[in-house]
Amino acid sequence: MTRRLTASLTMVGIFVLIGLDLAGDPPNPYRAPPFIALGSGVAASGGFCGALPD
Amino acid sequence: MTLASEQQTARPGAGLTRAGLIGATLIFVALVALFAGARFGLMLLIGLGFGIALEGLRFGFAGPWRAMILRREPAGILAQLLAIALVACVAIPLLAAYPGELGGAQAPIGWAMIGGAFVFGAAMQVVLGCGSGTLINAGSGNPVGLLALPFFAIGSFAGAYHLIWWTDLGALPILTLRGTAGLVVTLVGLALLAGLFWALGKPGSRGIPARYLVAALALAALAIANLVVAGQPWGVVYGLGLWAAKGAVSLGADLSGSPFWSAAGSVERLNTSLLTDYTSLTNFGMIAGAFCVAAWRRGGLDKALPSYPMRAWVATILAGLVLGYSSRIAFGCNVGAFFSGIGTGSLHGWVWFVAAFAGAFVGIRIRSVVGLEART
Repeated sequence: MTRRLTASLTMVGIFVLIGLDLAGDPPNPYRAPPFIALGSGVAASGGFCGALPD
Repeated sequence: MTLASEQQTARPGAGLTRAGLIGATLIFVALVALFAGARFGLMLLIGLGFGIALEGLRFGFAGPWRAMILRREPAGILAQLLAIALVACVAIPLLAAYPGELGGAQAPIGWAMIGGAFVFGAAMQVVLGCGSGTLINAGSGNPVGLLALPFFAIGSFAGAYHLIWWTDLGALPILTLRGTAGLVVTLVGLALLAGLFWALGKPGSRGIPARYLVAALALAALAIANLVVAGQPWGVVYGLGLWAAKGAVSLGADLSGSPFWSAAGSVERLNTSLLTDYTSLTNFGMIAGAFCVAAWRRGGLDKALPSYPMRAWVATILAGLVLGYSSRIAFGCNVGAFFSGIGTGSLHGWVWFVAAFAGAFVGIRIRSVVGLEART
């Protein structure tokens, strides 16, 4: 067995994760934020490992 | 395999494979931009850049720390510090100028944060992969990275679940270095740290190779792009915890008992697509970028899988769990706390580095004991 197997398994796993997520919570492009945060006038609101819960 | 021998062993169909990789990658980015939003497509593209830079230039965090500790080779750490300094030069002034639109990787220093960083530093040496390293390793087909990744996600979810309990053990207010004075102090601190590693380094190994310089420049540019586009710095472990949290919810778990996962912001993210979560997107990109580089290289995926004793696989699972859990209570991994924390002026990033580097000494010993040494 080579890394071809494990690398392929990783990619399959990622696409399965995305697929299952899309089935439950599909994104809505009409609610997308402005292209770039800088200069958008919109407060940053994404989750981050350094942030306490808000 | 050396770069020279890679170039000599041309594989039939390599051109088709490479065209397919480029095409598939562009389609992936375009689909995310189309169905989730242009910003999210761009974040995936930035993540791909991280993955390509880290795997393509064979650069990371755990390996250079190990090289410094075992062989007194400071080049990798010096390149890391250079990249952080470049980020700080742009990020700290930007954060001062746009305090609402942009946020730093700023977190409180506390007992659990310090302990978490120490444990993380140890665990990352066991599997030779930090937050980003585990993603890159998994994407490039390293079986240790592949096995560690889901347990890293579960650990990150559990660490976030208990985060408030840990911070209640004692933590300072968030302390940050801001504005011009903050930038100067950050750069002086990084220069002193670099000088210390340079002085401790073995003569003849103190220079930074061109490959590392390119990696430092690429990571700094991508990290600044991450901040400008997403409004927040480059991070890894939040996204992994969110994957496991969404999985737990889909299996019927009730997260209302966790102050972290029941907070309004967390509930909103649990109910929206991963394709709108910045750290998830850059994580997907890093994995895909590393896969593309490995598949692009001649023979990159033809390497035989290593043979390890059972205790090594058990240690990998445990290390994955510990990496995830400890990085949440430490408010980040090498990327979120060390790289982005210091780069955006958070004092917790400095404390994190000292604790994690101390833990790395312990982790190197554990790696040897569990049978993961010298068999890769």
